[in-house]
Amino acid sequence: MLSTLNQRRWRNFRNNRRAHWSLWIFGILFGLSLFAEFLAYDKPILIRYKDSFYTPIWNDYPETEFGGEFETEAVYRDPEVKCLIATGGLEGCLDDPEQLIADSRDGIVNGDPINRGWALWPLIPYSFDTPVDRPGAAPLPPNSENWLGTDDTKRDVLARVIHGFRLSVAFTLIVTGAASLIGIVAGAIQGYFGGWLDLFFQRFIEIWTATPFLYVIIIMFAILGRSFWLLVFLLVIFSWTALVGVVRAEFLRARNLEYVRAAKALGVGNMTIMFRHMLPNAMVATLTLLPFIITGTIGTLASLDYLGFGLPSSAPSLGELTLQAKENLQAPWLAFTAFFTFAIMLSLLVFVFEGVRDAFDPRKTFA
Amino acid sequence: MSEPLLQVDDLRKAFVLHDGRKLHAVRNVSFVLHRGETLGLVGESGSGKSTVGRCILKLQQPDGGRIWFDGSDLTALGPKQMLPYRPRIQIVFQDPFSSLNAHMRIHDIITEPLRLHTKLTRNQQEARVAGMIERVGLDQSVSRYFPGDITASEQQRVGIARAFICEPQCVVLDEPTSALDPRARSNLLALLSELQLETGAGYLFISHDMNSIAKISDRIAVMYLGSLVESGPAQAVLTNQKHPYSMALLSSVLYPDPARPPHSYGLEGEIPSAIGVRDECPLVGRCPIRQPDCASEYPLLRTVGPGRQSACRYHERLGSIS
Repeated sequence: MLSTLNQRRWRNFRNNRRAHWSLWIFGILFGLSLFAEFLAYDKPILIRYKDSFYTPIWNDYPETEFGGEFETEAVYRDPEVKCLIATGGLEGCLDDPEQLIADSRDGIVNGDPINRGWALWPLIPYSFDTPVDRPGAAPLPPNSENWLGTDDTKRDVLARVIHGFRLSVAFTLIVTGAASLIGIVAGAIQGYFGGWLDLFFQRFIEIWTATPFLYVIIIMFAILGRSFWLLVFLLVIFSWTALVGVVRAEFLRARNLEYVRAAKALGVGNMTIMFRHMLPNAMVATLTLLPFIITGTIGTLASLDYLGFGLPSSAPSLGELTLQAKENLQAPWLAFTAFFTFAIMLSLLVFVFEGVRDAFDPRKTFA
Repeated sequence: MSEPLLQVDDLRKAFVLHDGRKLHAVRNVSFVLHRGETLGLVGESGSGKSTVGRCILKLQQPDGGRIWFDGSDLTALGPKQMLPYRPRIQIVFQDPFSSLNAHMRIHDIITEPLRLHTKLTRNQQEARVAGMIERVGLDQSVSRYFPGDITASEQQRVGIARAFICEPQCVVLDEPTSALDPRARSNLLALLSELQLETGAGYLFISHDMNSIAKISDRIAVMYLGSLVESGPAQAVLTNQKHPYSMALLSSVLYPDPARPPHSYGLEGEIPSAIGVRDECPLVGRCPIRQPDCASEYPLLRTVGPGRQSACRYHERLGSIS
């Protein structure tokens, strides 16, 4: 249950209609993208084959399960596998699947009734790394099959955007969350205790932020290989300093306020004073900075991908899409997709956090 | 008289400035406070009176001297050892709004001391808090509010409720009335007097407002530039000063009475800087009765009458000029 203070904040937030709508739209988009496998994937959601149900998203089935030849996982986009499922595993599928599928529509093949099956496909039957089987030179323009066209390796752009959006936002939330936590604690300790601790910590941060982090990322990737979590770790250790300054300043200011003195006079412990008394008062300044950190992190990830030092190259990346757009100016659907994805995502986030910041400000009055 | 509740001996506190010089906020301050008594500590802004109050609560660590509270030396105690004394010595601050956490409800602000220092059950806490809210003259409905939702005088009553909820024996009142209008001020002083009668607490009432001091104090101590210059029973200090500074301070009080002309007894110049130690009377540059040897020795308080002390060696001469 929300406390009345949080209820008031929520009410204030809702009164900011732009922020409220942005939160809904962003929430729905991110919520949908969490189920990207049900929206854009190269495996069916549900298969009916010989009176049994199969769920390929969660389980791997060999092709032999459906009467095929290979022991490897079934490639559901192949016409042979489609035919096997549709006809209940007829041998003929391995020779002329398209003909057989057409034949089986009426439930009878060569005079015999068959056990018809079906497959429920996601809206977009491609994953972010599925090669599109379409004639022509990549990148292919949008058509009814690839709604936003394909990129220069013939992968469906819409599928990549859906998966890339999820990856981008998840990455950013993880990095920002961890970096903010470290930054707030470090800033609080510095500002509250002040003195030598503050002096040394500040010098350390100055040196730390002077480290060229791009080189560190290149070197670490060269040694340990590219991975999502390594990039998260590297970005966190270089971005936690962003919040230290503002939190420290708030605590330096607040530690001489009389409510802090009153708490000390009551014998309240340092940790309680810092995080229960002072932090809520420092939250407005912190939240003011948060949208910049979030959009900055999204931008950092995109630029790293653009430079080719980001996530592993197979990952669905909006930065990589931007790079392709630059290299393929004859394919404007790439540039438009990249631009609108970033513009909408960043605008929504900024609107949401603007509303959050205003809602947290106890001095701000609302109509 | 019995053992004093609070005895401050030779308290010293200096702040080191960025250039290494020292600002002597409090120099050789000594006084006693008895149970049920109010000692008014009066002085101009910057005279170090608030620093004295903060040192007593260990909000600032004194550089020297002793603070005896109920037989124990507070200056020797670490933060942990100080904890049992916290509910017994409390403070009310000057700015009612900034002394309350804007993000905490009034109820939670007043309950916090009980949670820290007592083992009361939730219901007992509620009853204590409700009683205290009523005692300081607030409506029970304020307990749900945030400090920003109530008036300054209500905020100050919340500050008083927080300080008194654990029934302290000693309360430092650091200019509690200076942010309030005259009516709220006199109501608050009346409330403080009632609370003192009920609890028998000793008050150290810090203020630059002579009217408030005169109203509530049993004894008065006058501070100037970090030093005590005079102390004594309230009536005696108010009517017959034994130090040229107290005399000037008292005569600077304005009364809303046109028949009473503003007193013209004044000091020359402005309050000097407290930076650096000089072995001289702090008032030497401004004193109308200064003598050549005033500039060569720092004067300590000396007894000059029954219960009266003054730091001026030539206070007898004051009568001749006023």
